[in-house]
Amino acid sequence: MGLENIFLGFQQALAHQNLFYAAVGITLGTIIGVLPGLGGANGVAILLPLTLRMPPTSAIILLTSLYWGALFGGAITSILFNIPGEPWSVATTFDGYPLARQGQSGQALTGAFTSSFIGALFSTILITLFAPILADVALRFGPPEIFAIQLLTFSAFVGLGGGSALKSLVSVMIGFILATVGLDIVTGQLRMTFGVTELMQGFDFIIAVIGLFGIGEIMLSVEEGLSFKGVMTKMNLHVVLDTWKILPRYWRTFVRSCFIGFWMGFKPGGATPASFMSYSFAKRFSKNPEQFGKGDLEGVVAPETAAHAAGVAAMLPMITLGIPGSPTAAVMLGGLIIWGLQPGPLLFKEKPEFVWGLIASMYTGNILGVLMVLAFVPFFAAILRIPFAILTPLIVVLCAIGSYAVHNAMIDVWYMLIFGVIGYVFKKLDYPIAPLVLALVLGDMAENALRQSLIMSQGSLAILFTRPISGVITLVAILFFIMPIISPWWRRMRGNPVITPAPRET
Amino acid sequence: MRTAEFITASVLILLGGVVIFDAVRLGVGWGTDGPKSGFFPFWLALIMIVACGIIILQTLQKPSGEVFVTRAQLRPVLQVLWPAAAMVLLTHFVGLYVSSALYIGFYMRWVGRHSWFSVVTLSIAIPVITFVTFELWFLVPMPKGPLESWLGY
Repeated sequence: MGLENIFLGFQQALAHQNLFYAAVGITLGTIIGVLPGLGGANGVAILLPLTLRMPPTSAIILLTSLYWGALFGGAITSILFNIPGEPWSVATTFDGYPLARQGQSGQALTGAFTSSFIGALFSTILITLFAPILADVALRFGPPEIFAIQLLTFSAFVGLGGGSALKSLVSVMIGFILATVGLDIVTGQLRMTFGVTELMQGFDFIIAVIGLFGIGEIMLSVEEGLSFKGVMTKMNLHVVLDTWKILPRYWRTFVRSCFIGFWMGFKPGGATPASFMSYSFAKRFSKNPEQFGKGDLEGVVAPETAAHAAGVAAMLPMITLGIPGSPTAAVMLGGLIIWGLQPGPLLFKEKPEFVWGLIASMYTGNILGVLMVLAFVPFFAAILRIPFAILTPLIVVLCAIGSYAVHNAMIDVWYMLIFGVIGYVFKKLDYPIAPLVLALVLGDMAENALRQSLIMSQGSLAILFTRPISGVITLVAILFFIMPIISPWWRRMRGNPVITPAPRET
Repeated sequence: MRTAEFITASVLILLGGVVIFDAVRLGVGWGTDGPKSGFFPFWLALIMIVACGIIILQTLQKPSGEVFVTRAQLRPVLQVLWPAAAMVLLTHFVGLYVSSALYIGFYMRWVGRHSWFSVVTLSIAIPVITFVTFELWFLVPMPKGPLESWLGY
């Protein structure tokens, strides 16, 4: 740890070319966040093939900026159109849209963007401080520890993800099974191919992301019938400055939401629950909770701060442990592999200019982001006025291009369509998609870690428990796994009513 | 909704069975140098089958509830899906740019009922923009057909 690392990072992030990529990323990301059916994950997936010829640092800055943009974009549609562009901005609609209806859209948007920025800044500072320490610890990890962390990742989805825990578990298993299809690099055997040549290369997670999120989402949104009845926005410097004068009043909410966001966010699937949790906390601690839901600025501040803090925090496990905290981070992790980098703690030693460039770009990207969205809100809002009969085929074509570009293979475009249908059915039946994608990305890594652990222990699973670090992590993972079983029982013991599960990430 | 739940879980159990079948062929036990290839898939599939089994049992206990998809909801979904599939099929023969132009034009006219002027303008403009972006700027090749080769690409 040292200041020279940060300086090295800012040298990268402030290079003209990288600032340009950050601006492009934020613009595209905000557009993607505004459009229904295109979220951060598949936006990054579609753009990934285009970054192959870029230097990795510029590429990751482009893709992360896209992610920040998507986080900002979600707030615009929530407030002006009452349509959450992303699941974590659902809570923003509760008070954001009423504010807009009362003619306070400028105030609501400024509040949302400023909160997003503060949440992101908070998480970025924590990442700057803790990432090197965590990476140092992670460097000492052996296969049992790596496998234990994988268990923890997926147990968090099952135990804390909300919705049906069994369905989360099934999704994880499907992802892992899809990851095993094709050539087993350890033994050289073909698995689950049944003599079909096309199955030999296995399923690429980028295709799965584009299909499940992109095509599946499009099908869902046309089913619901798209109708955008937006509120016009009045945005000027005056409104922005006035809102900034009010916002310090909510400092308690800011601090609380930042911590909730970071804490929920570095675990997988955290941004959406974090935003809801932060909203309900703000309401509980508010002096006038009855104002919530009718257009209280605090009700916009709380979820936006937490969602953005969580979104940024999701990058922490990705850069230090090589384990993505969100589907978008999973796609970026795939990008790292494609650019020839080995994700994980070694990056800090071997590619400091990459890691620190990325961390520094979180500062520059979010500063640039908040200024750009504040300045260009009317432009971004106008995108939703494009008729859906033009948007829908355009998004499908972009998805097809992105899928084809991964391997230059038409079979991938067909897979994309099939994954789209699967995504549509799964979403309707409440099978979560995020754990499936993460399992598909991490499948090989998890299997290798398990294999090596078992080789070390001559085939005994006890190795996961006997080593101190992996032992603790495995126990926590098991606790998360059995949480859906014990928590209703626990509530009944204490005489509390069984609460309905929180809505899901994906 | 109940039927859809039932079918999905059953299909997953079936797929799990297929995976177990192949895993057993590969060997699920201990080989000369560690677990055999079928070890990991076998346990994954087993857990999945058990979980799906419980989901089916849970579904049977619940009342049927709402409909999975109504006819009115399915219509726009299929309106997206079939033309998209047709576009992908067409891409094999005429390349991506021509098929996407036809697809965008068709969808705009059929679903959106846009004027012929905007249909023709956009369905030509969008593929041209994507062509310039992907082929010329980022050098990412897309499937091309007779039109592109006639134009010299």
